[in-house]
Amino acid sequence: MTIEQLEIQAIAVIVSAACAVPGVFLVLRRMAMMSDAISHAILPGIVVAFFVTHDLNSPLLILGAAVTGIFTVFLVESILRTRLLKEDAAIGLVFPILFSIGVVLIARFAGDVHLDTDAVLLGELAFAPFDRWVVFGTDVGPKALWMMSGILILNTVFIIAFYKELKLSTFDAGLAAALGFLPGVMHYVLMTLVSITAVGAFDAVGSILVVALMIGPPAAAYLLTDRLSLMIILSIVIGIVSALGGYWMAYLLDASIAGCMATAVGLVFTAVLLAAPDKGVVSVLRRRWRQQWTFAEKMLAIHLRHHEGLPEARRENRAAHLQEHLGWAPDFSERVVWFAERDGLLSRRGEYLILTDAGRELAAEAIVQN
Amino acid sequence: MDILTDLFSDYTLRTVALGSSVLGITSGTLGTYAVLRQQSLLGDAISHAALPGIAIAFLLTGAKIPIVLLLGAAVAGWVATVAVTTITETTRIKYDGALGLVLSVFFGFGLVLLTYIQKIPNANQAGLDAFLFGQAASLVMADVQLMAIIGLASLLCVGVLWKEFKILSFDPEFARTMGMPVRVLDISLTTLLVVAIVIGLQTVGVVLMSAIIIAPAAAARQWTDRLGIMMILSAAVGAASGVAGAMISSSSANIPTGPTIVLCVGAIVIVSLFLSPHRGLVWRWIREWRNSRRLRLEAVLLDLFALAAHHERSDHPHQEAVLNIMSDPTGRTYQNLRILEERGFVRQVGPTLWALTATGVARARALIDTRLTAPSARHDRDGGGR
Repeated sequence: MTIEQLEIQAIAVIVSAACAVPGVFLVLRRMAMMSDAISHAILPGIVVAFFVTHDLNSPLLILGAAVTGIFTVFLVESILRTRLLKEDAAIGLVFPILFSIGVVLIARFAGDVHLDTDAVLLGELAFAPFDRWVVFGTDVGPKALWMMSGILILNTVFIIAFYKELKLSTFDAGLAAALGFLPGVMHYVLMTLVSITAVGAFDAVGSILVVALMIGPPAAAYLLTDRLSLMIILSIVIGIVSALGGYWMAYLLDASIAGCMATAVGLVFTAVLLAAPDKGVVSVLRRRWRQQWTFAEKMLAIHLRHHEGLPEARRENRAAHLQEHLGWAPDFSERVVWFAERDGLLSRRGEYLILTDAGRELAAEAIVQN
Repeated sequence: MDILTDLFSDYTLRTVALGSSVLGITSGTLGTYAVLRQQSLLGDAISHAALPGIAIAFLLTGAKIPIVLLLGAAVAGWVATVAVTTITETTRIKYDGALGLVLSVFFGFGLVLLTYIQKIPNANQAGLDAFLFGQAASLVMADVQLMAIIGLASLLCVGVLWKEFKILSFDPEFARTMGMPVRVLDISLTTLLVVAIVIGLQTVGVVLMSAIIIAPAAAARQWTDRLGIMMILSAAVGAASGVAGAMISSSSANIPTGPTIVLCVGAIVIVSLFLSPHRGLVWRWIREWRNSRRLRLEAVLLDLFALAAHHERSDHPHQEAVLNIMSDPTGRTYQNLRILEERGFVRQVGPTLWALTATGVARARALIDTRLTAPSARHDRDGGGR
């Protein structure tokens, strides 16, 4: 590995960690699409700040972007408050318009500079190591690395310092407000962090990947745990894994690093989606499937117990009769009986079904429960 | 006027204008449903997700045949909606999270494919990245014809399933109880949305196409409460801004078409939000101002009446300062009294002394009566006299 490759991977790791931290709260607060909106809408802010400073690395760009990001949130909420448009339409209108302003400004007035629209949208991580930060004549590393580290530290410090407030305002905004935790302020501070992170990351990875890194890892982590602290840590880990995986995928395919990182996020998420214990698709489907049979077994046990020992038992407690009485198709009844027998709930005697003690107990329990 | 004569003589301009209007009409029409069903952001996901579809279609055929690329885009967009639905239905991840994830991952994958394609030697791949922001100038008549055919077909579907789509948009539960195949209808309407997005991709690009779907409908929504009218308005707004945007962008080489159209339609949305009758913000503000003034005037009138009730005659004069304390501490009592005087309800007896006139007394009595009998029914009427 060359030193550039190491540096690119370091930047990728830092960017993904910095994005995952605020992303957790976006996913939990159902504001995931705000990251999409903000990462697009900060463009005019960057462009205007660039016109003022003529320096793509000026901190003023971050400031401009952060202000525009907050302005976007404010604009969306103002439109919502008029009740003229629903939330989805408000978000879906505000950010394309702001983004378009940015694109047109670039196209009209900044044709030749590095700030072209493809770079904004797609980013180019491969070039990040060439932009060095030189302090007193010594090269201390790529600027992007330092900037994103700063943003990561900022995000982490904020989350740790206001963990309790963020947690409460995320899960119970009403209670947070009642206790004087200012959920509104938390909301805007969080949006500021999202904007700052987006602008820091967009230069390296582009505005769309920012969304992938902010939403993907937290969404995957959400399927793995019920604890907020663990979810944050898992998001960071998943983000880093996808970033490194994406980098090497790009290396092998000779394709866009940002795109490959987004694809890796997608792959990791799909794997988690399918295989997550308890909340993954496979275990959800398996549980649903099992519940269907468990319920049917209960029904059968209740039915048998209801008639057992009575004169009509000879007619009722036969496998062939279930279709008539419980409305089960013959092969379905056959399978239920098979499952129930396997679970030791009943035994067959000829065509008659006899409850075991376990089966009788299950039926009694089920009746009491209901 | 030059641009107007060019419109009829210049081939490129005419093609672009025709294409953009077809696009505007289709997306305006189908966007109506997207806005009403609160699926605006799904449109965003679909349009971003179309990118890998375009790239795969190109990789498979090795050529830029419009209908193949559109087909690829449509399939990818459709897969994206299925992915969003699967994620939200099987896990606890909410709709917004699923959208953001699918959108960015599909788009990222599209980028991978696009950069991969660019590395293929001697491929005729130039122009695929025009799909990012759109390039109306690249439209040819064949493209426009294709767009028109597809657009017309989808409008036809809307016409045939008008009643069903209407119920589905406003009350899906009711549609279910009526025994309509809600699931099938839902899928067909989403498919039509995909189609509308896909035919705009070449002109507007994947990044901003969703705005062209949402914005005309959002503007049209402000002017009417009827679905049919909203749809026609939306189509008109879409067509107008499409043509205007495409014209502006093809008049200068530097401006991509997508953003220009978005800005045109955005302007229309802003105007609609502020100025549409009934719903417009400006009228709302005027209404609120009038209401608060009416309430202020009524308060002064009733205070004067209440004060006079302590005296023999109901036109007993009182000090302005007293009224000031009673009704309006902001100090606008004098102005309020002047307005009431103009309307003949009060008269000035001394430098700071005011009394009710006979009409003023009658008015105050009437106000008290109505407030006692039907406090809520008075909301809309402009009391206080005009």
